Amino acid sequence: MIFDFFIYSFNSLKARKTRTLLTMVGIFIGIAAVVSLISLGSGFQKAVTAQFSNLGTDMLTVQAAETGFGPPGSTALTKLTNDDFNAVKKVSGVKTVAKRYIRAVNIKFREKSLVNAMSSLPPDEGARDLMLTSLNLEIEEGRWLKTEDKFKVVLGSSFAQDKFSRPIHKGDKVKINDVGFEVVGILVRAGSPQFNDMVLVNEPILEDLLEVEDEMDLMVVQVSNANEIEKVARNMEKTLRKSRDVEEGKENFNIETPQKLVESFTAVLDVVAVILIGIAAISLVVGGIGIMNTMYTAVLERTQEIGIMKSIGATNNDILSIFLMESGMLGLIGGAIGVFLGASFSKLVEVGAAVALGPSVLVADVSLGLVIGSLSFSFLIGTVSGILPAKQASSLQPVDALRK
Amino acid sequence: MKTIIKLQDVWKTYHMDEVDVTALAGINVEIRGGEFVAVVGPSGSGKSTSMNMIGCLDIPTKGKVFLEGKDISRMSESGLAQIRGRKIGFVFQTFNLINTLTALDNVMLPMTFQNMSRGKRLKIAKSLLTKVGLGERVDHLPGELSGGERQRVAIARALSNNPEVVLADEPTGNLDSKTGKEIMDVLCNLNKKEKKTIVMVTHDNSLTKYAQRVIRIKDGKNVGG
Repeated sequence: MIFDFFIYSFNSLKARKTRTLLTMVGIFIGIAAVVSLISLGSGFQKAVTAQFSNLGTDMLTVQAAETGFGPPGSTALTKLTNDDFNAVKKVSGVKTVAKRYIRAVNIKFREKSLVNAMSSLPPDEGARDLMLTSLNLEIEEGRWLKTEDKFKVVLGSSFAQDKFSRPIHKGDKVKINDVGFEVVGILVRAGSPQFNDMVLVNEPILEDLLEVEDEMDLMVVQVSNANEIEKVARNMEKTLRKSRDVEEGKENFNIETPQKLVESFTAVLDVVAVILIGIAAISLVVGGIGIMNTMYTAVLERTQEIGIMKSIGATNNDILSIFLMESGMLGLIGGAIGVFLGASFSKLVEVGAAVALGPSVLVADVSLGLVIGSLSFSFLIGTVSGILPAKQASSLQPVDALRK
Repeated sequence: MKTIIKLQDVWKTYHMDEVDVTALAGINVEIRGGEFVAVVGPSGSGKSTSMNMIGCLDIPTKGKVFLEGKDISRMSESGLAQIRGRKIGFVFQTFNLINTLTALDNVMLPMTFQNMSRGKRLKIAKSLLTKVGLGERVDHLPGELSGGERQRVAIARALSNNPEVVLADEPTGNLDSKTGKEIMDVLCNLNKKEKKTIVMVTHDNSLTKYAQRVIRIKDGKNVGG
């Protein structure tokens, strides 16, 4: 009997195609938004986590507290100094410490010049290895910088290819702050855009060029035992408080462990997701009200039909089931269209991201659970929205209904 | 013959715009098995209301309605629906078919509400439609059928649960006289050949010739009889 009611309800919807479709718009926009947001959000989260795990679980970074937005370290009030550097080196459990500079410089190739961030590679062998592992970079063309290299530079792939009138290759000459440098290597295209715009020189030449004395933007620290990273971080905090002469709670520096980085990033993502899902929820509520409205219209329009069914033996429960099924189906079919649209949209974004940022950076995560969850939810919205109209239909008196 | 339906001093009052309208004022009707009874009266006489009582579509304000000796005047709507589905077949003046369903599906619907298997329903519905002369048109929608054909579908539907009583409310009211006569012949045949009890409500005196007994109503009360 339930199957017959199902067919019956389906036919009623089919007989009023335009209205059925319009009613479902509210639901499928909402569900499409939910599906694409969740699948892209979860894919994005995975991408971010993967990016940070490149840093390695035995590494942490030290930065002076910032005042605003800009390259890391550049807006710090009290910069990190060589004293801080030497103090951090002595903290027990610390294996290697590398200085890092990220500075804006003027770069000129042929006739065109532009401002770009430049970073440094440390001279010390251990620190250099640490830097290269933490950045996870590879050379595509040419070679890496040698420690003894002076006016040599390695460039990120997009920087070399897209920024100037023609691509830069190894052997080309560029001017950094009016000083000539030879390009010795080009990096492999990486997942993260910040690496693709990278300009890398040796640390001593950067310090000379920019007349840097007793300061640095960032310290990258490798600990001996990854399991003790939090403990080392706490000790380091104590040491730095002493060397920078600040009280507890008023630190003018930050120590970031990979875990902390991922946590702070996912917290931001979660907030964004909650806001977007809130917007999608509004659309679903509006969609539900749309279904309710359509069902009330259907009850009014089919009052006589309800009377006929009652006169030939339909009980109140039969009528209730028929109308609930109809509204549930409105939700479910709307949801199915929404899942399809949402999944297609996220796959489109995935393809777009692959073209723009490199392959498999952002993979839309359309899981079976998400599909089943969305379909169940849309069916639920449809059914709940149909309760009141269906109750009204089932409680009609056959005599009154037939008279309409 | 045993009594199938009995209305005993039945009153029905409607409350309309703060005025009480009495549709039935102590009517008495008795229908026995196998009869062809015509309930006749001018419009506004209460014959439609009495048909609703006989058909268990409505319950009286006062008085009793017996179906096979059982008082149904205080039954719930769902209980009444079950009785209607099994014991009574309706034929309406305006056919009252469901326009989105084919002739076959319309005839099958009452059996669906009785939870009959699909195979059985199909078989019964096809044989009933063949019997009323529509064996070739089972897949047509009501909109694709003529008035007479629609009324035949309605008669097939009324018979689908093999009820004891067929209740016809002005069955020829929306048909031309030739088609009307054909429909009356179908009803007469049901009465004669299959011993179905037929109760026909009409304002048309010329139709009383088909009935074995006539119940006349005026102002909600029996007139002679």
